[in-house]
Amino acid sequence: MPSLPDAATPDAAALAKQAAAHQSHDPHVADVDLQPALFDWLCRMGDNSLVLGHRLSEWCGHGPALEEDIALANTALDLIGQTQMWLALAGEVEDAGRTADDLAYLRDTSKFRNLKLVELPNDDLAVTLMRGFLFDAFHFELLKELAGSSSPRVAEIAAKALKEVSYHLERSSDLVVRLGDGTTESHERMQAALNRLWPYTGEMFKADGVDEAVAEAGIAPKLSDVLPVWQRTVDDVLSEATLAKPDRKFDAQTGGKQGRHTEHLGFLLAEMQFLQRAYPGASW
Amino acid sequence: MTTLLPSTDQVWDWLSEVPDPEIPVVSVTDLGIVREVRWDEGTLVVAVTPTYSGCPATAVIDLMIETHLREKGIDDLRLERRLSPPWTTDWVSEEGRDKLRAYGIAPPVDGTASDGMTAGRAARLSGKSNLVIVCPRCGSNQTERVSQFGSTPCKASYRCRDCLEPFDYFKCH
Ligand SMILES: [Zn+2]
Repeated sequence: MPSLPDAATPDAAALAKQAAAHQSHDPHVADVDLQPALFDWLCRMGDNSLVLGHRLSEWCGHGPALEEDIALANTALDLIGQTQMWLALAGEVEDAGRTADDLAYLRDTSKFRNLKLVELPNDDLAVTLMRGFLFDAFHFELLKELAGSSSPRVAEIAAKALKEVSYHLERSSDLVVRLGDGTTESHERMQAALNRLWPYTGEMFKADGVDEAVAEAGIAPKLSDVLPVWQRTVDDVLSEATLAKPDRKFDAQTGGKQGRHTEHLGFLLAEMQFLQRAYPGASW
Repeated sequence: MTTLLPSTDQVWDWLSEVPDPEIPVVSVTDLGIVREVRWDEGTLVVAVTPTYSGCPATAVIDLMIETHLREKGIDDLRLERRLSPPWTTDWVSEEGRDKLRAYGIAPPVDGTASDGMTAGRAARLSGKSNLVIVCPRCGSNQTERVSQFGSTPCKASYRCRDCLEPFDYFKCH
């Protein structure tokens, strides 16, 4: 998605380089040893918000009420805006000339680093809202910690995103309570959604070498420290919503962060990337 | 050849003539999104902060600023995006708030930015929003929130129980 000023200026790449040179100094960005892990981790941040943002955008024009439709589209917009910031920084760290757009539109499924949770189809509104809540509770806590990151570039993106995600969490927790503690049908559908999504939630907290490297560098918190706060939020909201926490493993479905995805991601990317693949370098 | 560069005060004045594309009664300076104007040698640098990271108006705002300043004779211009500190509605000027009200949009109530869980819980427990948003049309404080999101990411939808009119609230952020 080329921005208007880029389209109006002759040499966007030179301008981007000039702008990057004026960003606050961040030693992590040019740290060669950390580079592969930091790039991967930034792609995880960007891909989670991109894929969830795309899923939410699929509701546009299909929401059950005008207000819900608008809210879902606005949330999608926030997430896609955050994606631009994370993937632009990822491209800078990689230093191979790839822009946020290149990373979003020209990578294949196996190069995506998002959680499996966010790529699952929307299904009904219950699944969409429950997924939103389970992710928002994690996202909010993670961004809160990242706002104090040792990387000033990461910290400033997180501080900006946190303001938006606090709205997302407020909205999704409110709806989980209202629908969980609502009619018999809304309760049953929310419980079914929770049961279906539960095995995908553990991946958020399953640290691998990438997570450990960025935690070691003080860039991101340890995921094991984020887990108890998430559990507390989830327990609180589910009990207020009269929903039962599933009595089964919460980390049976993992691998998305390493590029091993469900079959659903390919279909999502086929739609999202169609234009840029069919008309390489298209501008408008 | 040396030319006299316009003062930064002059540039701020020019910027106050650039309207927000979605709420054209307020200018980009009323909104508080222009964070800095400075000369870097002969290049004019204008630092702009986004309101919301996905705000589709951001690119349009940059283009409008660029176009307006070029019309004023600025040839050498660079726009910078500044993320930190993040934009807050506290930066909307008094004048901007009056203009919003006159336009039918309730201005943000300071210090009420969403705090995620806490705010959500408080709102749920009290059965409604704990904010008092005054109707920009009739001045009544008997208003209720219809939706947390409105016609743009920066607004929520409200309804006045006295004059019965719906209105936008420029939500605190
Ligand atoms: Zn009224």
